[in-house]
Amino acid sequence: MNFQIVINIVIALMWMFLSESYTFTTFLVGYIIGIILLYVLRRFIPDAFYLNRVLKVIKLLLLFNKELILSNIDIVKLVYKPKLDVQPGIFALPTELKSNWEITMLANLISLTPGTLSIAVSEDYSKIYIHAMDIPDVVKSINDIKESFEKAIMEVTR
Amino acid sequence: MSGTLISIIIDLFIILSLLIGTFFIFSSSVGILRFPDVYTRLHAVTKGATLGVAGIMIGAFLFLFIEHGIISGKLILGTIFVFMTAPVSGHMISRAGYHNGVKLWDKSVRDDYADVVKEKRKSIDN
Repeated sequence: MNFQIVINIVIALMWMFLSESYTFTTFLVGYIIGIILLYVLRRFIPDAFYLNRVLKVIKLLLLFNKELILSNIDIVKLVYKPKLDVQPGIFALPTELKSNWEITMLANLISLTPGTLSIAVSEDYSKIYIHAMDIPDVVKSINDIKESFEKAIMEVTR
Repeated sequence: MSGTLISIIIDLFIILSLLIGTFFIFSSSVGILRFPDVYTRLHAVTKGATLGVAGIMIGAFLFLFIEHGIISGKLILGTIFVFMTAPVSGHMISRAGYHNGVKLWDKSVRDDYADVVKEKRKSIDN
C-alpha cells in the first residue's frame, strides 16, 4: 500500500516535470493520472488497489456523520420532553476488536450513537462499558449497531 | 435573474445551517440544566455541542466563500477537530467522574461497571 502511494506521487512529480509547470494544479492532475494508471495496472502491482481502502475510510466517516445527526435529533427530543421518564444505567458491551486504534474508533462511534456514551474500557480490552440514556430501549438495538460498526472498522484496519 | 435566484438559495442555506447550529447548542445547554446527573448531562453536551458547532462553522465557511471568495481552512479544520475531540472528552470526563465516586441518578436501573471499580479499589488498597 505504501509502495503504491510512493509510485503515485512519483508519477505526479514526473507529470509536473513533463508539462514544465510547477503548481499545485499540475501536481493534482498528475496525481489523478497516477490513480488511473495504478487502476489500469492493478493486476501487476502487489497488494490491493489502495483507493479501495480510502473509499472504506470515507464510508466510515459518512457512517459517523449519520449517527451523529440521528443522535442529536434524539437528544433534542429528550431535552424538550416535559417529563423525563427514562431509565439510565451502565452496561457492558463485549467486543472482538483488538488494537488500541480499533477500540478508540469503536468507543468514539458508540459515544455518538443515539442514547449511548462510552464510559470506560476494561483492562483486557474485551469490554466497553456504556452509559445508556434508556436501558431497555438501547439494549435491544445495540447489537445490530455494534456489528455494523465493527464490520466497517475492520474493513479499514485489516 | 437566475443569478439572483441561486444567490437567494445559497443565502437561505447559510441562514439555515447557522440556525440549526444555534438551535442545537441552545438545546444542549437546556439539557445541561434539565438532566439529573453528570452522565446524562454529558449525553447532551457531547452530542448537541458537536453538531451545533459544526453547523455554525459550515455556515461561516459558506458565507466567507460566497461573499468574500475566501476559502477558510481554519474553519474546516475546526469542524474536523470538534468532531474528533467531543466524544473523547465525554469519555474522559465520565470516566474520571466515575472513578471519583460520582453517583448515578436514583432512577438508574443497572450498573455493570461498579463491580470492576470495586475490585480495582480493593487491589489498590491491599
